[in-house]
Amino acid sequence: MERRVATSLFTTDLAAAAVRGALAKLDPRVLWRNPVMFATGVVAAFATILFVRALVTGAGDAGFQGQLVFWLWLTVLFGNFAEALAEGRGKAQAAALRSTKAELTGVRLTGDTRETVAASALAAGDVVMVETGALIPADGEVIEGVASVNEAAITGESAPVIREAGGDRSAVTAGTRVISDWIKVRVTVEPGQGFLDRMIALVEGSSRAKTPNEIALTILLTGLTLIFLVVIATLPAFAAYAGGSIAVPVLVALFVALIPTTISALLSAIGIAGMDRLVRFNVLAKSGRAVEAAGDIDVLLLDKTGTITLGDRQASEFVALPGIAQSDLIEAALLASLADETPEGRSIVALAREEGFRTTTTAGAAVVAFTAQTRVSGIDTGDRSIRKGAVDALLKLHDHDPQAVTALRRITDRIAREGGTPLAVADGIRLLGAVHLKDIVKSGVRERFAELRRMGIRTVMITGDNPLTAAAIAAEAGVDDFLAEATPEDKLALIRKEQQGGRLVAMCGDGTNDAPALAQADVGVAMNTGTQAAREAGNMVDLDNNPTKLIEIVGLGKQLLMTRGALTTFSISNDVAKYFAILPAIFVVLYPGLDTLNVMRLASPESAILSAVIFNALIIPLLVPLALRGVAYRPQPAGRQLLRNLGIYGVGGIVSPFVGIKLIDLAVSGLGLA
Amino acid sequence: MDALFLVAAVLGITALLSVPLGRYMAAAMEPGDAAPRLTRAFERISGARGGQGWKAYVVSMLVFNLCMFALCFAILALQQHLPMNPDGKGALSLDLIFNTTASFTTNTNLQHYSGEVSMSYLSQLAALMWLQFVSAATGIAALAALARGIAGRADMGNFLIDVQRASFLILLPVALVFAVVLVLLGLPMTFQGAAQALTLEGAVQTIARGPVAAFVAIKQLGTNGGGFFGPNSTHPLENVSFWSNAVEMGAIILIPMSCVWMFGRIIGRPRHGAVIFGVMATFLLLTIAGSVGFERAPTAAFAGLPIEAAGNLEGKEMRFGATGGPLWAVLTTATSNGSVGAMHDSLNPMTGLMPMLGMWLNSTFGGNGVGMINMFLYIVVAVFVAGMMVGRTPEYLGHRIEAREVKLAILALFAHAAMILGGTALFAATPWGADTVLNAGPHGFSEILYEFTSASANNGSGFEGLGDNTVPWNVATGLVMLAARFIPIILPLAIAGSLMAKRRSAESAGTLGVEDATFATMLTITIVIFGALTFFPAGVLGPVAEQLSMPH
Repeated sequence: MERRVATSLFTTDLAAAAVRGALAKLDPRVLWRNPVMFATGVVAAFATILFVRALVTGAGDAGFQGQLVFWLWLTVLFGNFAEALAEGRGKAQAAALRSTKAELTGVRLTGDTRETVAASALAAGDVVMVETGALIPADGEVIEGVASVNEAAITGESAPVIREAGGDRSAVTAGTRVISDWIKVRVTVEPGQGFLDRMIALVEGSSRAKTPNEIALTILLTGLTLIFLVVIATLPAFAAYAGGSIAVPVLVALFVALIPTTISALLSAIGIAGMDRLVRFNVLAKSGRAVEAAGDIDVLLLDKTGTITLGDRQASEFVALPGIAQSDLIEAALLASLADETPEGRSIVALAREEGFRTTTTAGAAVVAFTAQTRVSGIDTGDRSIRKGAVDALLKLHDHDPQAVTALRRITDRIAREGGTPLAVADGIRLLGAVHLKDIVKSGVRERFAELRRMGIRTVMITGDNPLTAAAIAAEAGVDDFLAEATPEDKLALIRKEQQGGRLVAMCGDGTNDAPALAQADVGVAMNTGTQAAREAGNMVDLDNNPTKLIEIVGLGKQLLMTRGALTTFSISNDVAKYFAILPAIFVVLYPGLDTLNVMRLASPESAILSAVIFNALIIPLLVPLALRGVAYRPQPAGRQLLRNLGIYGVGGIVSPFVGIKLIDLAVSGLGLA
Repeated sequence: MDALFLVAAVLGITALLSVPLGRYMAAAMEPGDAAPRLTRAFERISGARGGQGWKAYVVSMLVFNLCMFALCFAILALQQHLPMNPDGKGALSLDLIFNTTASFTTNTNLQHYSGEVSMSYLSQLAALMWLQFVSAATGIAALAALARGIAGRADMGNFLIDVQRASFLILLPVALVFAVVLVLLGLPMTFQGAAQALTLEGAVQTIARGPVAAFVAIKQLGTNGGGFFGPNSTHPLENVSFWSNAVEMGAIILIPMSCVWMFGRIIGRPRHGAVIFGVMATFLLLTIAGSVGFERAPTAAFAGLPIEAAGNLEGKEMRFGATGGPLWAVLTTATSNGSVGAMHDSLNPMTGLMPMLGMWLNSTFGGNGVGMINMFLYIVVAVFVAGMMVGRTPEYLGHRIEAREVKLAILALFAHAAMILGGTALFAATPWGADTVLNAGPHGFSEILYEFTSASANNGSGFEGLGDNTVPWNVATGLVMLAARFIPIILPLAIAGSLMAKRRSAESAGTLGVEDATFATMLTITIVIFGALTFFPAGVLGPVAEQLSMPH
């Protein structure tokens, strides 16, 4: 991710808590959730019994067995540690979320009575009154009143936002503070079911349900474990045929070395860390499944305004009618905009100043403000009555000269074709020309869309503009398609159509009328400023209200899966070296010629077995940072991605244990451990 | 050089032939509206009509095979009372009948008997050769059904119609052409009893013969491998010359190769078929290179003798030399054919590993239809792991690979490993196996390992050096053959059935491609790690230990 949050992985507190967690997770009922680690635990316990017997009877090499048992348990503990550490990091996040929630109370209105109750006693449908200074006790919808609300507690954004009844800004979140006025809120969730509650549960990992992908991977790993169980269980018979026998602790060591402990140990840590990264990104997801679905997205629906273009249009050109002096137009436009504090108005002033016009308001001028009815604004100064506004609205003011109207139409059509918005300017009944208000495409979005295309994701721009304007902006921004004059129904229909073609669709939205489309989309990201309906319908909420984030969310989802796949490949590839370490060690007694297979030239059979098991254990904590951060991800086509990961984690997975086991063997034999 | 030329010629020409044959097979199995009268005829014969879901297809297949099993069992059990028995062959033991019937029903053709000694002509033709046709046809039908499922059709087709198409439109005509070629090359084709010859020394020699050419044709083409005579294709009347040897080797691999093209065509992705073909061919070439190389390398036993340069000629048909033998050995085991052109027991230790490797993987072309089906299991696993590595929910040709598919695929791979390793362990540790081997040490272990490998791969070749016509061997390998035949057909069909029910997703640049070298690499690695690694310890204790224990 480009925006990688620089947080240290191991703070002392986190590590200490994780160590305690690792021990607590030895409980078989907990371990059972991870079949491969459970199997490791079972054989470690079995080896422990044999070790104790060897100690008591004095038979067998108790020193060697003791070390084996130690490293086997460490393998299990390292796995637990990884999971506990990921959970700890999530808990730290959750604690911050939860502190805002602690001991909330609300004033419940029942008929005419008011009573102060704990937030946990509020049920869906209750109505609460929240006044200045109070914290909102539960997620809900404003039904009366308007207030400014500080949502810094969940968004980190200190500027207050307006929340009012009706419209698209009616949703409020528990834990946020009303800083002026009052609102009546209807609670929309049952206690413990609020957005924060769900999010806390998810990042803590306590209620984390395995995603379908994780389940499938667990099945694959369990199946592999069963296959290796057969491989190991048949070895004693093979050895017996050759007239020898294999010590059970050695079999246990080989079994644990072969089964995919590395990926299994890190599996849940990867999942929890993925959710955690999302939260650090200020996005709340309702389920891990939604995050993974984000990685599968084929089509991205993006609203034009604010996502592809800057929210505000900027004046870029003055176009005078034939026969009208350019300076007349500029001066008139400037005058009409001097009192206009909208971004468009300010940009007209700025452009006119660039052209060298210094006119300022004259005393006695009357400002005509923009209203939704007239859709024009301007200024009356002396005998002049200057107006600017949407072309149709301006033309309605007077009966203009038809020739001038035709000329103006020609100009405004050209502006529209180029993706701009024309603003007509008139002085009384004299049409002067038009200002070209340009939608400014955000810098860098073109490159982002090119990236997405390389990843195989199609972007569709949604806009209320007419098709001409939309086409021009779409071309400039480099989106693959656009939906012009879009109504919520159009959006829904588009999503359905894409889905019928077998594509997964992501979109973001905020209004109540976006709710059906958000619900229909495979990944629906609701803006936190949006309505409660939108937030309920989507499966993620973006606390920063930044629609561009969809692109990052897709990256996060992909990274989550890639980390799993890469570590699975690494884990299984390791087996080649482990075979070459352990098999000659076991069978060299029966067939001395097999020493040829000891390609690493390991010091002794005991050292070889011990080294393989130590490598198998140590690789887990070494990979914890990778599991928590995720593998490096860059947008590129699937084939290149696969080749890269196959090179790093497949080939690396085959080569690295040869080196690692050899080094450990040097240490083990050097220290005289075996 | 001659070795290289022989390998290149046999493989190259067969590969070229397989392309048009694969196209024809796809058209034969999927006629569409092209041959309505033929389809109606098949419907009338079988009384079957309409498409089947995967469960119905599997049930039809099992019932059909059960009937074939019963028919074959009855003929073998009653052969002494039935006609076409000019040499008066007697009754067979019950366990041998069970083993032989299982062996031929499952397209394995493991032979614990010697054809010319024990079987009447009726048994050879009506029971064994008949099964050689329909068992091969069953495999092709199952592959067609699998491909239809993957292609996203509404149904898998109809088994009873498919099996007729595969028999009458594919196997029968190809076998007919091939049998004629064999007759022209000099193989016997007669219903007269054994010939009596007076040798130069004045002794009377009985020379067994019979409808050999017809039998050998389908034996080779149908990846059956059960020879008319006990010594199989090392017998001079089954394999008369260098030329018959060359065409018989080509015939082993022809239809398995064509099956890959057929699969690619039915799923509508010929390029994907080509990639799979490439992966299979790579494994095949590697094992051939290994075996020919190891076999031509002089062993310590021959050191200093005048024949050192000729390579290991022990157990070889002298006419075919140290190249023809191992080449045949690899071809016959890479496919699930199992006919033999040299004594595998006499191969150098590491050469002997190559045929075992072919059977452990059982998908480097593999049996008729089923080889490609086995490869499908590796594809599911490869796609699953690779899909995660590209950051998407794994998909295969637009179908999501989820828990159920992974479970079924890994179960099938588990079954193959468990049957080989479990069976070997049981027989290696008990007198059942330990008392039947003719050699001590790792070589004896290889003999047991090979027998279970051959049974589980439905191959049917024998390492030999094993007294395998005993009750435990007959029963154990019989059961393994049956399980190893139907589990790897039923589970993949169940996977395809589950894929059919899902909404297909569209492909984009973000989807894992299955038509490029990257995917081929991924598939290769998956096969090595999930297939070969499982058998690494067994291989080490057998051939590798034997090789490394030889005096230097």
